[in-house]
Amino acid sequence: MSDTSLTRSAAKGSAQSFSLGRLLLEGRAFFALIAIIAVFSYLSPNYLTVSNLLIMASHVAIYGILAIGMLLVILNGGIDLSVGSVLALCGVLAGALMQGVELPVFGVILFPPVWAVVVLTCAAGALVGALNGALIAWFKVPAFVATLGVMYVARGVALLQTNGLTYNNLHGRPELGNTGFDWLGFNRLAGVPISVLVLATIAILTGLMLSRSSFGRWLYASGGNERAADLSGVPVKRVKITVYTLSGILAAVAGLVLSSQLTSAGPTAGTTYELTAIAAVVIGGAALTGGRGTVRGTMLGAFVIGFLSDGLVIIGVSSYWQTVFTGAVIVLAVLMNSIQYGKGGRKS
Amino acid sequence: MTDIPAANPDVGEVVLAARNVAKSYGQIHALKGVNFDIHRGQVTTLFGENGAGKSTLMKILSGVIRPTSGEIILDGQPVAFNTSTEARDRGISIIHQELSLAPNLSVRDNIFMGREIKGPMGVDFAEEERQVRKLLEELEEDIDPLTPVEELRLGQQQIVEIARALSVDSRILIMDEPTSALSATEVEVLFKVIRDLTSKGVSIVYISHHLEEALQITNHAVVLRDGAMTAYAPRSEIDLEWIVRNMVGENYDLGSPPGGYDFGPVALSLREVTVADPKGGDYNVVDKLSLDVRAGEVVCIYGLMGAGRTELMETVAGRLRATTGEVVLEGKEVSHLSIAQRIARGLALVPEDRQRDGLVQTMTVGQNLSLASIASFTKGLFTQKKAEQDLIDRTIKEVTVKTSGGAAAIGSLSGGNQQKVVIGKMLATRPKVILLDEPSRGIDIGAKAEVFRLLAEGAKRGLAVVYSTSEVGECLSIAHRIIVMHKGHISAEFDSTVTKEQIMAASGESVAA
Repeated sequence: MSDTSLTRSAAKGSAQSFSLGRLLLEGRAFFALIAIIAVFSYLSPNYLTVSNLLIMASHVAIYGILAIGMLLVILNGGIDLSVGSVLALCGVLAGALMQGVELPVFGVILFPPVWAVVVLTCAAGALVGALNGALIAWFKVPAFVATLGVMYVARGVALLQTNGLTYNNLHGRPELGNTGFDWLGFNRLAGVPISVLVLATIAILTGLMLSRSSFGRWLYASGGNERAADLSGVPVKRVKITVYTLSGILAAVAGLVLSSQLTSAGPTAGTTYELTAIAAVVIGGAALTGGRGTVRGTMLGAFVIGFLSDGLVIIGVSSYWQTVFTGAVIVLAVLMNSIQYGKGGRKS
Repeated sequence: MTDIPAANPDVGEVVLAARNVAKSYGQIHALKGVNFDIHRGQVTTLFGENGAGKSTLMKILSGVIRPTSGEIILDGQPVAFNTSTEARDRGISIIHQELSLAPNLSVRDNIFMGREIKGPMGVDFAEEERQVRKLLEELEEDIDPLTPVEELRLGQQQIVEIARALSVDSRILIMDEPTSALSATEVEVLFKVIRDLTSKGVSIVYISHHLEEALQITNHAVVLRDGAMTAYAPRSEIDLEWIVRNMVGENYDLGSPPGGYDFGPVALSLREVTVADPKGGDYNVVDKLSLDVRAGEVVCIYGLMGAGRTELMETVAGRLRATTGEVVLEGKEVSHLSIAQRIARGLALVPEDRQRDGLVQTMTVGQNLSLASIASFTKGLFTQKKAEQDLIDRTIKEVTVKTSGGAAAIGSLSGGNQQKVVIGKMLATRPKVILLDEPSRGIDIGAKAEVFRLLAEGAKRGLAVVYSTSEVGECLSIAHRIIVMHKGHISAEFDSTVTKEQIMAASGESVAA
């Protein structure tokens, strides 16, 4: 009997709290984005134009792709600090492959076609991600430490590979049949940059995976309570290794897009991008403790960060101030997360 | 060892009294107006089953939590403690049931944690060490004060906990299950210390599941049941039978073993299963245990804390690995299979701690219910919404969860309904054998009865049910067979005609062992 009254009072409580404040809290990333667009459109007539929005979106694509990988890891209750370095490593690898692979034994230089470059680069990203996952799932290294170590190693390997230099020629040559790398960063389909389409595709696929596939359910469960998930038959270790592997692959994709956009692949690319990706996920409302978060929120978070920093550039604010603003937004977002999850989340 | 305390205990002056103390957590009433006195220089023991409110009452007396209503009277004056430090300053200290030591710190640092002895050069470690040595000598325990606590065995850690409480020089010392991990010799030493303390005028409040042990030391007995005091008497007027009767109650009906059908073939068979201590100790928590359970049979495993019940169940379910021995499900060896594979073959575990091991707090009621059977509603790449909803609705009805629906937050349910969700989750996998580790822990009597009714119904349909309990009343409900576990062995096996006293005697609930 006490049970029914308890449920009823709980239902009543949630009905009462469904107010404007609650709506603003739950949709905070969305409203923040609207506010950013409104303010900058007012300050600069060039901000709210289709061409500018598309350019800004292509900048967001890099962070967005990384942030989706980061979301998967954070949903699992982990963190991946290595994505910025993996991005650079994979970019450099792609650059090296475009220059040709010399096989001294046969005395030939192989020029793999662009599709092969993409596949090999993604495979390299997957490998590094799987290494992260194995360290964390099998050897019980804390995610923060494991990916911190891999962050340094990957950056170091990227620097070693080029001796600190940058590959500037990624165009390929028609007679070698390896042209087309620029397509990813420069071409448009129906006016939309390819990089944005890549982001949209990844976001939709990931969204489907999270909401509809059994893997998505496993991920939410093992992030919410790993012990309970384990005892319910969820393969928690496999889930863990898979999310880090996916994060590695997405870092490789981001590396390809970035080097294509810049038409160069340097070993110092993507420094601190992992932090931007984490920020996007957090602004999107995901809980760093795992189990809560959506692709939609993370996308909003990535757009908030991208549109904010590009807007500040457009209105001519010093880049030092940009850093301050971005930081303030992140702190505000985390504050709101703890307001949202702090009350109902901790029940004993 | 067996001498009975002072013949006329009621002469002691009352130092601390509880008057109509009540404590509620939302809809749950943990304490419903309790009165009792603590006399100077005497031992008062609180008896009661899990969830009767003993620990809640002790936490109120020691200032850890505040009562919803009622008064605490210290030396004739009403007092209200806001923190345990305030209570400690007034001379009340507590030895908690769960050890509250920092494992990385040394014995010395733990004993003086939060009240370090200050010298001219910061903390006076030499003086602290001297005092710790003296305390440990009194407790006849040979521990170096500089040993990190994590290197001590559990019993020694409990001694450190006791030493910490003694080091405060309190007038009233509350001991919540101080002997659960102690050996018989250590218990004797502790009792000697207690007698020393009481002769110096210190009052002791004692809580123990070891009834006979507590009877040896106590001057007064207070019995709690479901948050209310059911009996209060001096030692000279009571015996074991009196305590059990008042603890368990007369009309404690959790059903009777389901009958009117024959058991099927052996569903689960354990053959000499041995499990090493998962925490790295050099003993076996389960020691060459063999057991057969037939389809339709309900088996109860009774035992004290640390008897190895949880480890046994986790080994059968696949979380722990057996060092030797076999787990056989319907004639097929499953020892090498993963948890998921065992669930698929029809072996399910409802874990003991539903918050830690049972529920995913970030998910809804429905998602929790369907978690263990995702494969059954997944076609190709995607889960089928309708199939999942059907499964959730069916299970909610089957296990009678009181909820506004599958989309409700799991935290909105009461403890009993949360427990039904955990049980429902495993029943939804259509198991042939279900293991339940303390399925009645922390739920009220009505929910208990419903849980047992569910299990009895399952058994009638041919489900093999194995449940564990530390409450003797629950053994005599729906179980066809009662297994008593003690230190990893089966120490006795009874049919449903056994008495509570026989079960308790077999579980090692005495220091005579």
